Amino acid sequence: MDRIGPVKAIVMGASWGGLNAYTRILSALPVGFPAAILLVQHQHASAENRLPWLLARYCQLPVIAPEDKEEIQPGCVYVAPPGYHMLVEEDETLAFSAGRPVLFSRPSVDELFLSAGAVYGKQLAAVILTGANEDGAKGIDYIRRRGGFTIAQSPVSAEAPAMPEAAIKTGAVSRVLDLEAIGPFLAEQVAG
Amino acid sequence: MAEPYPIDDDEISVEDIEIRLLLEAIYQMYGYDFRSYSKASIRRRVMHRMTMSGFASIMEMTDKVLRDRPFFVTLLNDLTVNVTEMYRDPEFYRAFRDEVVPVLKTFPFIKIWHAGCSTGEEIYSMAILLEEEGLYDRAMIYATDIDKNVLASAKKGIYSIEAVKQYGDNYRRAGGRHSLSDYFTARYDSVIMEQRLKRNIVFADHDLATDQVFGEMHVILCRNVLIYFDRALQARVIRLFSDSLDMGGYLCLGTKESLRFSGQEETFDVINKPLRIFRKRQLLHHA
Repeated sequence: MDRIGPVKAIVMGASWGGLNAYTRILSALPVGFPAAILLVQHQHASAENRLPWLLARYCQLPVIAPEDKEEIQPGCVYVAPPGYHMLVEEDETLAFSAGRPVLFSRPSVDELFLSAGAVYGKQLAAVILTGANEDGAKGIDYIRRRGGFTIAQSPVSAEAPAMPEAAIKTGAVSRVLDLEAIGPFLAEQVAG
Repeated sequence: MAEPYPIDDDEISVEDIEIRLLLEAIYQMYGYDFRSYSKASIRRRVMHRMTMSGFASIMEMTDKVLRDRPFFVTLLNDLTVNVTEMYRDPEFYRAFRDEVVPVLKTFPFIKIWHAGCSTGEEIYSMAILLEEEGLYDRAMIYATDIDKNVLASAKKGIYSIEAVKQYGDNYRRAGGRHSLSDYFTARYDSVIMEQRLKRNIVFADHDLATDQVFGEMHVILCRNVLIYFDRALQARVIRLFSDSLDMGGYLCLGTKESLRFSGQEETFDVINKPLRIFRKRQLLHHA
């Protein structure tokens, strides 16, 4: 499985080093990119949510700090808010949960990936990026079993390799790519 | 690389049906109504409990729920998400002090409904705030939750000392005037909230999905409860709140919650947008 099929959404997860990784990837995506992007960056619940604003400076697509029940639109980037898990509903709206942190994280990459995997099936791609824990590995495995396309940042190109390594270890990663290659790959395969 | 065994769309549909049957079983057997809750959220929590308790299928877990009340209580605790803290979102309490309290000070008597109070941390946060503002003696706080078990802990007001250490910072950022430790007594590894804080709190069980208006309130707090409901139930509950509020009464929601999809934005003025403080509009012209 070398090519991403037609996808409605791309989910991404990162922890340590994620801001740099996200700016690299998002800056490579062209206006009119046809899929929605849903991303989780681990951060403290008390932090003021400046992430959407920061990412918007590097990204040609609209970057949104979503509200509960917001409709997921193609070509928009949705950033999970600190202190909440972000989930995808069957009707392609967003839902939030203030439930317990998963692997010490809220938002949790797994929570987003597992819920998006159930809804989108084959029409989903997932990208697991730099990070120092194992969040996202379960989600990657599930998305692959649902027929989605899974990408891991190469551990050598990651500031913290543990997260992509854990995902790769599941055997469910379709492609391993260096950070610089991920944005162009998505631009070519999804928008191309 | 060995291909992992696939989970196709039919399997997802089967799980959806199983979850519906589980929720129906809970409603029929125990009277708790989760049938209009957010499906994504319920699915995650059901799957979590299934893994934790080692069931092979949702149907197997449903069978257990029907026959084993203690297991149901465990699942109920998963489904109702009792995760809270004192002065959660300190900026909200700061805004409440600055923007709502001055108006409340003009009222002879203040009725506050805290819907979905969980284990009570936010109830005591509000009681302390009102006490510091000199309002508590003319206030009555109605603290409700769907789950009688958490109401019992709310009533006790006992929290772990570890948790309370973190609340001190929230309290200061919320504009607290003293020290949070003035309001509880520590013993061993837990603290108990001062008895005097409970003097104007009434605890009652109330299900937003099925129960009725809770009348003539000046303030309704319902933070991070609506996110667990589907759009239809959200609309019902917002109407219930609107009907329970006095003219000019305040509605406070969680920071990701919105009136946008309830069809009732027109009923409220926005007092503080990022912190989700709304005010029920006065009727200018009597029909």
